Amino acid sequence: MSTEFRSNVAHALKQDAVQTHLRTVVDRLRAHRQGALSDDAAFEQLRNRCEAIRADAIRRLPDLLEQFESNAQRNGIQVHWAETTLQANQIVLGIMQQHRATFLVKGKSMVSEEMGVNAFLQSHGIDCLETDLGEFIVQLADEKPAHIIVPAIHKKRREIARLIHGHFPGLPYNEDIETLAQSVRHFMRDKFRAAPVGLTGVNFMVAETGTLCLVENEGNGRLCSTLPPVHIAVTGIEKVIARLDDLPPLLNLLTRSATGQPITAYVNMINSPRRPDDKDGPDEVHLILLDNGRSRIAGDPELLETLHCIRCGACINHCPVYRQIGGHAYGTVIPGPIGAILEPQKQGFNAAAGELPQASTLCGACAEVCPVRIPIPAIINRLRWESVRKNQQSQNSRPVVPGAGSGRKPLEALIWKIWAWCCTHPGIYNRLTKLATRLRNRLPADMGVWTAVRKAPKPAQATLHEHLRTMNIDHE
Amino acid sequence: MNNRVVSEKPQAVYFYGTCLIDLFYPQAGIGAIELLRREGVSVIYPQSQTCCGQPAWNSGYRDEALAVARRQLALFPRPIPLVIPSASCAGMMKMHYPALFRDQSDEATALNVAGRVYELTAFLVDVLDIRLTDLGDPVSVVVHTSCSARRELGVGDKLHTLLRQLHNVEILEPENSAECCGFGGTFAVKQPEISAAMALDKAATVRATGAQRLVSQDCGCLMNIGDVIEKQNQVMPRQHIAELLWERTKN
Amino acid sequence: MNDARKTILDRLRLAHCPDSTPVKCDDQNDPVDSVLGSDERIDCFINRMRAVRTEVHDASHDSWLDILHGVCQARSLNNLLVSPHTRWGAMIYAEIRRFPALKDYSQTIEDWKPELFTAVDAAVTGAYGGIAETGTVILWPDAHEPRAMSLVPPIHVVLLEKSRIYNSLTEAMRIQNWTLTGMPSNVILLSGPSKSADIEQTMTYGVHGPKELIVILM
Ligand code: SF4
Repeated sequence: MSTEFRSNVAHALKQDAVQTHLRTVVDRLRAHRQGALSDDAAFEQLRNRCEAIRADAIRRLPDLLEQFESNAQRNGIQVHWAETTLQANQIVLGIMQQHRATFLVKGKSMVSEEMGVNAFLQSHGIDCLETDLGEFIVQLADEKPAHIIVPAIHKKRREIARLIHGHFPGLPYNEDIETLAQSVRHFMRDKFRAAPVGLTGVNFMVAETGTLCLVENEGNGRLCSTLPPVHIAVTGIEKVIARLDDLPPLLNLLTRSATGQPITAYVNMINSPRRPDDKDGPDEVHLILLDNGRSRIAGDPELLETLHCIRCGACINHCPVYRQIGGHAYGTVIPGPIGAILEPQKQGFNAAAGELPQASTLCGACAEVCPVRIPIPAIINRLRWESVRKNQQSQNSRPVVPGAGSGRKPLEALIWKIWAWCCTHPGIYNRLTKLATRLRNRLPADMGVWTAVRKAPKPAQATLHEHLRTMNIDHE
Repeated sequence: MNNRVVSEKPQAVYFYGTCLIDLFYPQAGIGAIELLRREGVSVIYPQSQTCCGQPAWNSGYRDEALAVARRQLALFPRPIPLVIPSASCAGMMKMHYPALFRDQSDEATALNVAGRVYELTAFLVDVLDIRLTDLGDPVSVVVHTSCSARRELGVGDKLHTLLRQLHNVEILEPENSAECCGFGGTFAVKQPEISAAMALDKAATVRATGAQRLVSQDCGCLMNIGDVIEKQNQVMPRQHIAELLWERTKN
Repeated sequence: MNDARKTILDRLRLAHCPDSTPVKCDDQNDPVDSVLGSDERIDCFINRMRAVRTEVHDASHDSWLDILHGVCQARSLNNLLVSPHTRWGAMIYAEIRRFPALKDYSQTIEDWKPELFTAVDAAVTGAYGGIAETGTVILWPDAHEPRAMSLVPPIHVVLLEKSRIYNSLTEAMRIQNWTLTGMPSNVILLSGPSKSADIEQTMTYGVHGPKELIVILM
C-alpha cells in the first residue's frame, strides 16, 4: 500500500547524507535543551504554570480574543479576522494594494507558511523576501522549511554556500559560516531600508494589554516590524494569553525547550503603531487573526489541547521518527509530533496529512519534553480512532475531524474482527498459538520490509500456556 | 514513580503472560513465575487469558480492543495484584483501560483491575524488595529500557536496580539509550520503512557496546532489536530480564 | 471581514466548554525566581550577559564617561548617535570634545534613513532596567531614543544603573508596574547582540541587528 507519505518516507530514507546530517543537528538541539533544564523540580513547577496558562487561554478563547482586540484597537492596531487562509491572504493583498506596495520583507512565521502567502502574493505580482537566515536559505533553494525553529536544518554548510554563491555571483565562494551570514546581512540591509511593508508572525498576544510579542535572535523580525511604514502581523487565534504576567514563564520555557537558550537575543513587544511623538516605527500595524480550523478543534474537549502548543519544536527534536525522515517527508507546514496531530485535524483524514497519526511509535518522547504537557500520544491514539471509526455519533452533524472514518479499509477492519474473535475465544486462541509453535520451522522467512533487516520471528517450541499446564500452579 | 499500591507482601498474585511471551518467549514467563514463587508468593495463571487488546487500541479499533479487554477483566476477580512481565501490556491495562472503558457498564471493574496492575520489575523491587544472589559466570549485558517502562509507567530504572544486585553482571548502556527501538506494535507493520531504519540504528548502538547479551523488560523490543542483530549474523543472545534473573539465581 | 469575526467567535462560544472561569495553578511564582542579594544579582547579570557575547563594564557614576570614551577609542569610532535630552546624554554632550562626532536622532526616520543606515558607527541609549536571571537589558524607546537606535547601527552601547537590575522579568514588570503605567509603542528585551544558529546549529553573530552589544553599568 503506497501512500504519499510512504513514498515521501522512502525518498527521505534513501538520502544517507541528509539523514546523517539531520541526526547530528537534532542531537545537538537535544543536548542544548538538556543543558538548559537541569533542575527537574523547578522545571516541573514551571511546566505546571505554563500548562495552566495555556489551558486557561484556550478555555476562555473567545473572551480573551475580544479583550485583546479591544485593547489592541485602542492602541491603534488594526485587527482583522480570517476564517480561511484565502481570506487571510486577501487581507494582506488588500493592504499591499492600498499602499501600492509591490514588495515586502518577511520575518519568520509559520502561520504565513500555513497561508502560503508568498505564492499567493507572487501570483499578484508582489515579491516576498524571507529575511530570517534559515528561511532565506530555504527560499533560495525553492523549498519549504524542514523544521519550525530551524528551517534549514536539513541543509549542510556546503550546500548553503553554493546557494548563496549562486544568488550573489559577485561574491567569492566561501563556506565560512560567519562570512555567509555577513553576505546575507549586507544584501538584506538595503531591502529593509526600502521595504514599504514588513510581515511577521507573533508568538504571543497579551489580552490584558493588547501587546504582540515576537521572539527572535537575528533582529530581522525587529527590522521588519520597525522600519517599513506598514507592519502586518499574522497569527493563529490560539496564540492569545490572558495577562502580561503569563509571559515570563512561557518565554522561559519556550526558548529553553527550543534551543536551550535562557532567553532569545530579542523579545519584541509591540503595543502600537508610531505615536505622535515617536520618530520611527510603522504608521500602521495590522494584525490578522487566522482560524483555519482552530475553532473547530477547540470544540473537542480532548483535541483542543493541540491548541495549547507554543511552537517550541522540542517534540520535533526528540521524535525518533522525525530524526529518521526529516521535516519534508511529512508533507505539511508543521512536521514532527505536533504536525502529526495538528495537520490531520486541520486538513482532514482525506488529505495526505490524514496518514500522519500513523507516523509514531507512541514512544512518548514528545509528551515527555513538551513544555505545556500536550498529551501527544493520547491525541494520536484518538485520531487513529477517528480515522477508522464507523457510526459517527450524530449528535453533532459535523464530525470533529473532517473525513472521520475514511481511513477504514475493509480488509484491515476484517483482520481486526478476526483477531478480536480469536482473542475472545481462548479455546481458539490456544489452538492457533499451539499450531504456530508446531509450524515454527515452516513459517515464511520473507515478511517484506520486516525481514529485509530482521530475521523472521520464530515461535517458541511450546506456548507459555502449555508449559504452565505442566507446572504446579493455580490456573483458576 | 513508585506505583506501590499494596503495603504488604501479598500471598498470591495473578500473572498475565502477554501474547508475545506466550508465543515467542515462554521462558520469560516461567522465569518470572519462578522468581515470584521463590519469594513466597503463590501465582495464579488464568488459562483463559489471551491478549490485553493493545494492538487494536493503538490502531484505532476501539470496539475490537474493548471486546478483547473485557474478556481479560473477568479473569481477575480477587483483590490481589496482577503482575505483568511487560511494561507495554501493563501500561495498556494500567494507563489505557480507564479510557477504553470510559462510560461502559463495566468501567468500575476496569478501574479496579487497572489499579492492581504491576509491571514485573517494579513489583519485584517496590513490593517484594527482592534480594538476589548471583550464581552465574561473569557476563556483560546491554540494557534496552522500553519506552513504556521509561516514559509511560516511569519504572525504567527498576531493571537496573535488579541487575545491580548481580555482582557478576556488567551493565552496559547503548548510546542514545532513551530512543525508541522502532517497534511500536502495529507501527512496524504500517510504517515498516521507518521502523526498519529505527531498528537498524538501535541495533547498531546496542552492538557497539560489545555486550554478550541483550536484556529488556519488554519482549517486543527484544524481538525487534534481536532479530536485526541475528540478521546481521551477530551473536548476542537476547533475554527478558525475568529469564536472566532466574537463570542466574536459581539453585 | 466582520462575518469572519462573528463566525469564529460564535463557533468558539458554541464549543464544548461554556465554563470560562480562569484555570488556576498553584505554582503562581516563577520557581526560577531566585531572590539574590544586590551584589549577587549584579554578578549574575554580568555573567549571563557575557555568556551571550556582550561586553559588560562594571563602572560607576564617576567612571562611566571614561569607560565610554575608551570604548569609542578602542573601536576608532567616527561618530556616536546619542540624545542630548536624556540625563546621561546631556553629560556626554557636556564633554563633547572627548568623544567622536555626536549625532542626535532629532528628525523622523524618513528624513535621514540613508545616513542612519550607512553613516552611523554606534549608538548609545539608556536602559529602563536589567534582568539578572536571563542577562537582559530592558529598552523603553521614546522620542529621544527611538527604536532604530538599538537596531540599525552596528554597535549598540547601553547605559544601565545597577539599582535597576531586577531578579527576573516578572519582578521587573511588577515593580515597574508595566500594565498600569502603560508601555511605549515598543518594548525590547535585549539579551546579547544579534545572532543565528540557522546554519548547522553553529552560532554566528551580527546577522541583522547590531554586531556588538556593550553594556556599561553605573
Ligand atoms: S507540542 Fe509541545 S513540544 Fe511540540 S512544539 Fe508544541 S509546545 Fe513544543
